Amino acid sequence: MTGISKRFGPVQALRNVSLTVRAGAVHALVGENGAGKSTLMKILAGVYQPDTGTVEIHGHPMTFANPADAIGAGVSMIYQELDLAEHLTVAENIFLGAEPTGWLPFTVSHKQMLTRARELAGRFRFDIDPTAKVEDLPTGDCQIVEILKALRHKASILVMDEPTSSLSEREAKRLFEVVRRLRGEGLSIIYISHRLEEIIHLADEVSILRDGELVHSSPMASLDIPKIVHHMVGRELTDFFPQRDVNVGEVLLQVTDLSSGAGIRDIGFEVRRGEIVGMAGLVGAGRTEVARAIFGVDRKTTGRVALAGRELSIDSPAQAIASGIALLTEDRKRTGLCLELPCSWNITLPNLRQIGFTPLIKPARETKIAAGVGSRIAVKWSSPQAPASSLSGGNQQKLLIARWLLANSEFMIFDEPTRGIDVGAKAEVYALLNKLAEQGKAILFISSELPELFGIADRILVMRRGKLVGNLVTKETTPETVMHLAAVEER
Amino acid sequence: MNKFARQLLPFATLVLLIAALSALEPDAFLTADNTFNVLSRSSVNGIIAMGMTAVIISGGIDLSVGSMMALCGMVAGLVMTKNGTIVPTAGLMWLGTLAGIGAGLLCGLLNGTLITKLNLPPFIVTLGTMSAFRGISYIMHHSAMYDVPNYTFLGQSSLAGVPVNVLIFAIIVAAAFFLLRYTPLGRYTYAIGSNREAAFHAGVNVDRNLIAIYAITGLFVGLAAMIATSRTVSAQPTAGISLELDIIAAVVIGGASLSGGRGTVVGTIIGTLLISYLRNGLTLLGISTNIQLIVIGAIIIAAVALDQMARAKAVESR
Repeated sequence: MTGISKRFGPVQALRNVSLTVRAGAVHALVGENGAGKSTLMKILAGVYQPDTGTVEIHGHPMTFANPADAIGAGVSMIYQELDLAEHLTVAENIFLGAEPTGWLPFTVSHKQMLTRARELAGRFRFDIDPTAKVEDLPTGDCQIVEILKALRHKASILVMDEPTSSLSEREAKRLFEVVRRLRGEGLSIIYISHRLEEIIHLADEVSILRDGELVHSSPMASLDIPKIVHHMVGRELTDFFPQRDVNVGEVLLQVTDLSSGAGIRDIGFEVRRGEIVGMAGLVGAGRTEVARAIFGVDRKTTGRVALAGRELSIDSPAQAIASGIALLTEDRKRTGLCLELPCSWNITLPNLRQIGFTPLIKPARETKIAAGVGSRIAVKWSSPQAPASSLSGGNQQKLLIARWLLANSEFMIFDEPTRGIDVGAKAEVYALLNKLAEQGKAILFISSELPELFGIADRILVMRRGKLVGNLVTKETTPETVMHLAAVEER
Repeated sequence: MNKFARQLLPFATLVLLIAALSALEPDAFLTADNTFNVLSRSSVNGIIAMGMTAVIISGGIDLSVGSMMALCGMVAGLVMTKNGTIVPTAGLMWLGTLAGIGAGLLCGLLNGTLITKLNLPPFIVTLGTMSAFRGISYIMHHSAMYDVPNYTFLGQSSLAGVPVNVLIFAIIVAAAFFLLRYTPLGRYTYAIGSNREAAFHAGVNVDRNLIAIYAITGLFVGLAAMIATSRTVSAQPTAGISLELDIIAAVVIGGASLSGGRGTVVGTIIGTLLISYLRNGLTLLGISTNIQLIVIGAIIIAAVALDQMARAKAVESR
């Protein structure tokens, strides 16, 4: 891939990226969330078309209009969320769309399909039953099915996006074996992972992306974990982050021994008034799950949550909001906004009781209240009655922030508040978080971007695999330390 | 096309329809008698459609309303006639009316509870209760009806020249309008239908609100059942067969979306009246009921198709 650039609206996702992958090699692609890894791979797989740049395979220039073109050219991608037909068997999945035909027209020869599936699995020494239904298989085996599917397409390049994120340790080890075997067969494997210790053991070459640019590419032998981490995070922190008078008061939120069915265990921390506590961790480390457990979305299995010394029993978001807790969720489309409803309705939705709209809503006053709180953070809308869907991403996010400003909660959780919004809007969000802290709110700020955590958090909590593994004072630590805690398994 | 224009389209169709019918049949159509006749016939469907509007806005559906109406009528008939043994007395008629409406409320509560507590799709739950309610209606009096010859107040009498059922219809419309527009329950109904997860994360008690919506629908069905019983002076186990489809059609023609989050009381009334006037007009013109079915079918499809096109255009121009 040479000189690849790609822009989505105002966001430059990739800038002049060139990547060379040798046959018979495992090539690791690393970078922080949003560095452009997925975009680059989706261009290779034909999902996106690059604005500039070329893709060559075995020296032949290629243009992929869609994923089918890429698969035809020998590029198969295995996504983090596997796309298998759950109710079909392993063999049926492998031959989906290319079933061997039977004697009669429009029929499928199941016998031949099974034989060929067994042949394929045997050739690569995969131990899998082709007659098993995919829904009955453990995740590790599903990945094998995906790989077999790719091999059936005669893939020469296999892209694996975070393949171990949902695997047990044993399954992961087996997958590494499989990857090495495929390399032995002459395939190129592009391996995306946040788990650096995996990469150290598996990769022959490493390319590191940061902010849409390729910052480093070299054989694994010349790198180690600290060097990789340095390349990943090594950007300059500018005065993008406003200064704040830190005036930390008494403990407001206290979480003790918190566990939930969603996989977090024994989480304990506190947040004081006037404090912004950041939470770092890789995707799937359980950060959002901590927020969900506190906010009453997920059921707590153990643990206590206390606000201003008073223990709370919260079983639903309604109770959390009534107790003075707010959660700005990470996915504004799925769990945040009612898109076709007016902006003003979205702002007042959790606040009807608080602004005296029970038992009756007063529409004129509602518009005025929404306009007031909207103007405090400069939401750009044609009118408060316009549907939320008519706003840009950054303004939709502001709409949700306006909702929680109106709620005036004492403790506020912001889960990835700057995801998918442009730089200007990001700066406004940082300024707002600072202002809220100055007013004596306690804030938990979940983010995948270390620079912003270091820019505005007073302390940083680090999550890894459902556990709290670090509670660091920002001034006394480094991005490298945080990344190391988040990404590297202790021996 | 904006929201206002979307509302305007069925309304304009209705006005055009009335104008055309007035021109074609000036003597029969545009009379107070005929107007009250149409409104009176619309009252049963219209009252139930008010509940259905809320249900559809919430992203649900209630297929059981037709059977529920039969069941409510039968419960009332049972009480009024002491299971078919006497001609109702005034006291028993009051008691029976309350029992019929109460039965509707209970049926609605049952629907709502099954949907939320078993976490089942409303389509499935109400498909099931549709069948069950009908079965109970038949069993109650061994497939026979209850005659209530003197139960005429709700369906056949007038106050100051206006039929009583039209008055009740107007009150229910006002109540539904108020409920959806000015109460948190109404607001939450829109939010749940638009994005249930988001509503939950914003502190909306989704289950409780959904149960309330289905219960209110049941209550309206109970009331409509009493009007229907009074109009025919009998409670029939076969009442309201396929009624749910007419009502869903009226709500959809009125601009509600079956995927939830959209719909208005005003739209539903226009949809209901459009169907009623069409039936009435085509009958006055001497066109058979079989043809009427085809015309109404075409209108349902046309209304939703136009709506979709307008939406696609709105998205493009954004």
